[in-house]
Amino acid sequence: MKVRAQIGMVLNLDKCIGCHTCSVTCKNVWTSRDGVEYAWFNNVETKPGTGYPTDWENQARWNGGWVRTRSGKLQPKQGGKWRILANLFANPDLPEIDDYYEPFDFDYDHLKSAPAMEAFPTARPRSKITGERMEKIEKGPNWEEILGGEFSKRSQDYNFEGIQKDIYGEYENTFMMYLPRLCEHCLNPTCAASCPSGAIYKREEDGIVLIDQEKCRGWRMCVSGCPYKKVYYNWSTGKSEKCTLCYPRIESGNPTVCSETCVGRIRYLGVMLYDADKIAEAANTEDEANLYDAQLGVFLDPNDPEVIAAARADGVPEDWIKGAQESPIWKMAMEWKVAFPLHPEYRTLPMVWYVPPLSPIQNAAEAGALGTDGAMPDVRSLRIPLRYLANMLTAGDEAPVAQALERMLAMRAYMRAKSIEGVQDEAIAERVGLTGRMIEDMYKIMALADYEDRFVIPTTHREQVEEAYDLRGGCGFTDGNGCSTGMSKGSLFGGSKKPLKMPAEVQ
Amino acid sequence: MHEFLFGTYPYIALSVLLVGSVARYERDPFTWKTSSSQLLRRKQLVLGSILFHVGVLIIFLGHLVGLLTPIWVFDMLGITHGAKQLLAVLAGGVAGVMALVGGGMLLHRRWTDPRIRATSSFWDIAILALLLVQLVLGMFTIVVSLGHLDGYEMVKFMAWAQGIFTFDGAAASYIEDVALVFKLHLFLGLTIFLIFPFTRLVHMLSVPFRYVTLRPGYQIVRSRRQAPRRGNEPAE
Repeated sequence: MKVRAQIGMVLNLDKCIGCHTCSVTCKNVWTSRDGVEYAWFNNVETKPGTGYPTDWENQARWNGGWVRTRSGKLQPKQGGKWRILANLFANPDLPEIDDYYEPFDFDYDHLKSAPAMEAFPTARPRSKITGERMEKIEKGPNWEEILGGEFSKRSQDYNFEGIQKDIYGEYENTFMMYLPRLCEHCLNPTCAASCPSGAIYKREEDGIVLIDQEKCRGWRMCVSGCPYKKVYYNWSTGKSEKCTLCYPRIESGNPTVCSETCVGRIRYLGVMLYDADKIAEAANTEDEANLYDAQLGVFLDPNDPEVIAAARADGVPEDWIKGAQESPIWKMAMEWKVAFPLHPEYRTLPMVWYVPPLSPIQNAAEAGALGTDGAMPDVRSLRIPLRYLANMLTAGDEAPVAQALERMLAMRAYMRAKSIEGVQDEAIAERVGLTGRMIEDMYKIMALADYEDRFVIPTTHREQVEEAYDLRGGCGFTDGNGCSTGMSKGSLFGGSKKPLKMPAEVQ
Repeated sequence: MHEFLFGTYPYIALSVLLVGSVARYERDPFTWKTSSSQLLRRKQLVLGSILFHVGVLIIFLGHLVGLLTPIWVFDMLGITHGAKQLLAVLAGGVAGVMALVGGGMLLHRRWTDPRIRATSSFWDIAILALLLVQLVLGMFTIVVSLGHLDGYEMVKFMAWAQGIFTFDGAAASYIEDVALVFKLHLFLGLTIFLIFPFTRLVHMLSVPFRYVTLRPGYQIVRSRRQAPRRGNEPAE
């Protein structure tokens, strides 16, 4: 057993209202620079839809993630090491920027600087890459917002696998949900495995996956390696960039920007202890449908005295062990089993998990009565098809997702009985394999979701490894290259000397 | 002048190449990159880049082995100078055409595609143009060489190149009487060495052989607590 700790995240999709506050605050902090205008370390997709970049979930097209070869070996789907080296000159699996969207801005200045004209001045779009006028914007971030676009295009969604999807194009049967996405900070990241320069690494102390900007050579294999398409090539600096899980904030015990600003309070951050020795075996599980269970098997119970002793021996700090015991991630993923990994079939063992959303009862009017399973509605009659959620969260295995939805419905029924009728109905809890106390704990963390219950983040103990005296007067967070901001002003060795592009005056 | 261009200039160029590359790697590692533009435009890059790189690599290795292997090695192996030159002409010719076609595609793309043009630095365009000019000059030397396939001229260049690396003061004199196109080819080649550290060419020093040789498994874990630990090996 090799005990390591990781900061994991859970997103409660049942409460996501699709406001994009997470995306915008993240954008403002991390990617409002030249070269990454098109990149959203955090984005929110409306599902069903093909997402951003288009069709990212379809690994038959992009070859991201891992594949178990016929001989039982695990290797990146885009190829083993030699294959990756052979593709250095031209990466056949790399998306083009148009698969995301061509970044643009508007001629706002024209609104006030235009001369007297017969027609009202307008702010027309301009490409942020070439500075040229764009006649028509074909695509943008979150292009399918609130089921935008025709169903025939959106239904290319990979999660419709094994579903008779045609009926969901009808107005009466339509359904939708939001899916906020960020880097998964995987236990078995394909981006890191695909990097020929060895620039991408996982941090031992908190599991955050980062790209060493000074070591990155721009071979761009990580972009195609990541099945979630959450590594972005900065076309200005020629280096890849990705979500950092706001590590400067995490290190000081603060939640990430996306979590801090989430108005729906859907995001949770906490410590998970895992056994690094079990990763290889779990990721190489033969049957894809068992990958979710296999990942559960990698996590270690922070209340088990044996685990605690092993964690201490492996150098996990005391407050991190305590953090793991109070972790909302542990509770939702392991105790209540209401949170699931996103696409475990990619074999990356992702660490950003999702609570599936409940939805209105399908065909309630038609049936004349609620389809009820005893006191509670049957989760199979919910508007979002169970199979759709299972394709997204458990590689197609419906049972765990059904149980999670039942538990969430039970939580509502139990709390309704308690607060309205004043009855503590243990039978409701029992039917979904919980106790009344557990349900009340669930209610506290998932429904009330107080700040201190959502974010249980121990600080990093840099004082144990660094000499603060040597760091005085340092520059804190940088993108590399000493104290530079990552935006090279240009030197003898290249870098951009061009000033930031501003929209030019229109004649 | 001849003495300066082919006796002194090589040392200037090689010194700048060496010191400049070390300085850049040490002082400004953030700028050490391939500068790939595939994300912005895939068209013409896939075929162009593969042809160009494979062609240039063959030519580079051919020059390296052909110029710097001592003449007595070939004599010992029983390879006549004529045979060696014929090999050089054939292999170099084929690789040269590949590199020229590929490089032509890349330059056309870089010059005419608005996205690539707008994001190119001066040196991105200039170094590609210089390499193409050098390739054209190299192809012309083949035409000249076809006039004397005995390999006698070729041996002069081997003597010169090896003279430079063995600090032979008379090196420049060995190629005093060769055709002008050879001299131009040599001068431009040395100039490319000179500007090498200031361009994207440095990425060729970062060919990631370690990925397939020294790196065990796929994953890398870094630790603050102690020396970096390797682990997470999901597959060998």
